[in-house]
Amino acid sequence: MSGQGASAAEGRPKRRLGRNSVIALPYAWLLLFFLLPFAFVLKISLAEADIAIPPYTALLDWIDNTTVAIQLTFAKYQLLLEDRLYLAAYLNSVKIAAIATGLCLLIGFPIALFIVSRPVHARIFWLAVVMLPFWTSLLLRVYAWVGILQSNGLLNTLLLDLGLIHQPLVLLHTDLAVYIGIVYSYLPFMVLPLYAALEKLDATLLEASADLGARPAVTFATVTLPLALPGVIAGCLLVFVPAVGEFVIPALLGAPDTLMIGRVLWDEFFANRDWPMASAVAIVMLVALVAPVMVFRARETRKADGA
Amino acid sequence: MLRTGRFVSIMAVAGLLFLYIPILLMMVLSFNASRLVSVWGGFSLKWYGELFANDQLLGAAWLSVKVAAVSATLTVVLGTLAGYVLTRFGPFRGRAMMAGMVTAPLVMPEVITGLSLLLLFVAMEDFIGWPQGRSPTTIIIAHATFCMAYVTIIVQSRLAQMDGVLEEAAQDLGARPWRAFVDVTLPMLAPALVSGWLLAFTLSFDDLVIASFVSGPGSSTLPMVIFSKVRLGVSPDVNALATLLIGFVGACVFIYSWRVGRRARQRDA
Amino acid sequence: MSSAIETQPVGTAGGADAAPFVRIEGITKRFGAIVAVNRIDLDIQRSELFCLLGGSGSGKSTLLRMLAGFEQPSEGRILIDGQDMTGVPAYERPVNMMFQSYALFPHMSVSDNVAYGLRRGGVPRAEIRKRVADMLDMVKMGDYAQRRPHQLSGGQRQRVALARALVKQPKLLLLDEPLGALDKKLREETQFELMKIQAQLGTTFIVVTHDQDEAMTLASRMGVMRDGRLVQVGGPRDLYEFPADRYVAQFIGAVNLFDGVLIEDEPGHARMRCEEAGCVIHVGHGVTGTLGQTVHLAIRPEKINLAHDRPAQDENVTPGTIDEVAYLGNLSVYQVRLDTGRLIHVTLPNLDRHEGNVFEIGNRVYCSWGPASAVVLPA
Repeated sequence: MSGQGASAAEGRPKRRLGRNSVIALPYAWLLLFFLLPFAFVLKISLAEADIAIPPYTALLDWIDNTTVAIQLTFAKYQLLLEDRLYLAAYLNSVKIAAIATGLCLLIGFPIALFIVSRPVHARIFWLAVVMLPFWTSLLLRVYAWVGILQSNGLLNTLLLDLGLIHQPLVLLHTDLAVYIGIVYSYLPFMVLPLYAALEKLDATLLEASADLGARPAVTFATVTLPLALPGVIAGCLLVFVPAVGEFVIPALLGAPDTLMIGRVLWDEFFANRDWPMASAVAIVMLVALVAPVMVFRARETRKADGA
Repeated sequence: MLRTGRFVSIMAVAGLLFLYIPILLMMVLSFNASRLVSVWGGFSLKWYGELFANDQLLGAAWLSVKVAAVSATLTVVLGTLAGYVLTRFGPFRGRAMMAGMVTAPLVMPEVITGLSLLLLFVAMEDFIGWPQGRSPTTIIIAHATFCMAYVTIIVQSRLAQMDGVLEEAAQDLGARPWRAFVDVTLPMLAPALVSGWLLAFTLSFDDLVIASFVSGPGSSTLPMVIFSKVRLGVSPDVNALATLLIGFVGACVFIYSWRVGRRARQRDA
Repeated sequence: MSSAIETQPVGTAGGADAAPFVRIEGITKRFGAIVAVNRIDLDIQRSELFCLLGGSGSGKSTLLRMLAGFEQPSEGRILIDGQDMTGVPAYERPVNMMFQSYALFPHMSVSDNVAYGLRRGGVPRAEIRKRVADMLDMVKMGDYAQRRPHQLSGGQRQRVALARALVKQPKLLLLDEPLGALDKKLREETQFELMKIQAQLGTTFIVVTHDQDEAMTLASRMGVMRDGRLVQVGGPRDLYEFPADRYVAQFIGAVNLFDGVLIEDEPGHARMRCEEAGCVIHVGHGVTGTLGQTVHLAIRPEKINLAHDRPAQDENVTPGTIDEVAYLGNLSVYQVRLDTGRLIHVTLPNLDRHEGNVFEIGNRVYCSWGPASAVVLPA
């Protein structure tokens, strides 16, 4: 289908102009507000923090009309390597996000299967049930867990009343709470692509598998799962990537020492007003997390197009 | 239709309970006369009263609505253009780069988007004197940029399903490309644009992290105010606010899905 | 056109003196490294119903899209009614198209669909209403004017698409597989209706189809395309009886192909010795070749006769055994294993219900044909 408009627009300069301006508007927006900012992040990550507005030193210093002194410093990157805190925060973020993604997959898969097994007209209802929390504020949903998990919260009260425990458990401000928060918040992002993949699955394939003698569990492992794999990958990416950089959930549910990289960046910026350090953290995150994911996605897309 | 066993149903119901119990508890607590979550002090609407007396929250909510509405509209315009260009214009120089830039915000941590846009705004102010300080305008620009990815994807997938032949038919009957877009493409895209707008509105209305970076003093959005409140612990008027928001959104979602479901059932019949 | 077609004994239809209405000059279309259409020259006369016949990937649809203005040729040019169409976009061409999928606008009623082109052309409202109503009446869809496309059957949609494409009174109507989406029965009825409408309006039609029966029925003249080239142009009869090469012979109808060695070549007849057929083949037309040259021969299955006893002729007769029989009602298809080992197809009409001239599997038979039945292929 592509290329039709293109070829029809070849030739006349007037039509070329119309076509080019339609391309130019979103393109210019993305260049200015998406790509260009990273240049500034990189630039400022190479500066020193300063007590000024804005709080960093200039890279270029005009000594006189002809001479420019360039002051680059890799001090922030050196600090990133030397101070264990940053490395620990990176690793911890990846670990928490990976475990939470796995949990999302375990909980999300049955939900997606369940929805697909409903009659077609009922699926949209069940999909709405799953997606409804997504349409409400993430912040408020995370906050709901504060009331449940705090030491005099609902869960502790319930457990004490039932006599299962005698001392309130420390639940809030723990890693466990962060896991709960991430799984809870990102579950819809896992279910949706899983549903999309399973919906395309031809039910006769499962019947064929059963007909050829496979028990349900075997059919699941040999037919359903492989065919749902694109959905699994998409869902895992949608959960894992934002979870690594998550700020709200560790800030509200995590312990003060629950190190996650998004929170570290936030604190460098807002609490320490160290813009160069925050920028350096961002650059490392871009290189170590975002770039690999984008390369992976590009490869997946190309594979899908080739197939 | 896929058939599944009882195990799947039990797991699914458990998963859905997990999704809904916290929300329901929060709604119940919003009617609790007691400030403590573990004590039921009787039914009361006093937190709703407090909520509507809280000018700071209401002001922030109003600002968030305005920011979300404007940025969602801007997003839909930009996202439609980008989606149309990517699906219908065929190859052009820089297409791959555009496709990459459009979807990259989907995998971009919010803290990075927020920080990078703030640094851009600071640098722009330095060079061209605009934008002067941070304001609702900078929040709108930032939100439109990160929501654009979602709308572009919605528009792209709708256009991909849609037969390009319809636009050709319009051109064949004498419609210039722009006219064909208005007469044929836009009406077919309308449902996708509505859901794109709603999605962009929701994302903008929800956003805490990016807004915190790019908003100026005096332009605190609702999530920013809520965050500063709940950081200090449970705050019952926030429960009331959450109940109202969830109730509103829930009603919208269910009316919508009920109508779509009814249409699907009529088609089946 | 290539010299192969000039050797045809029957001239092409359409007056050669009239200026062509559509002139396609040296058109080539490349998509990257792929040559979809390869140097095609073709003239089409006013009021002709021309069919472009070819398999998928033959370039016929690309040629049609270039006529409509959706693709620009890489080389060459198209003239319609003397006007050069190079650089003229689809929406400014005096050409309308009926799309294979019909491409009816789903959000518009039938009458709005038909009126769409007139509205773009700035036709006054009252005239639009009248012309839409007239056109819908002509395609017998007057009662459905307010329906939406999804409320119509396939055949009804096809009529609306036709009405929409014709209502602007285009100089040239392009039809992309116009009957492809209809079931067999409806297709046959619609074919004749389409021809009636074309004759009534006198519009020049170019039909693209992969269905040879459809092309044979509809076309006043047709062109066979293969690998981006126009292999042969002519009337349906020319193409069937005098195919330009083995591809055309096989593409249009069933055929038995043989290789033979030319042993006699006179202006009025020629003889070939054919090992595969197991006999000397006599054709009633001259061949411009040299003696001893190998030539390709085509014999249509319906032109071969079967007999239990040897007919009284020396040439064009060869013995064999019935290998397979398929009874199709109006005719029967026989597979005959010649004594040379070669398998050929023979079709015979089932003229009466008696069993007298029925051949069964295993029967010894003689296959024979007349001098006007076999044809030597130029390539």
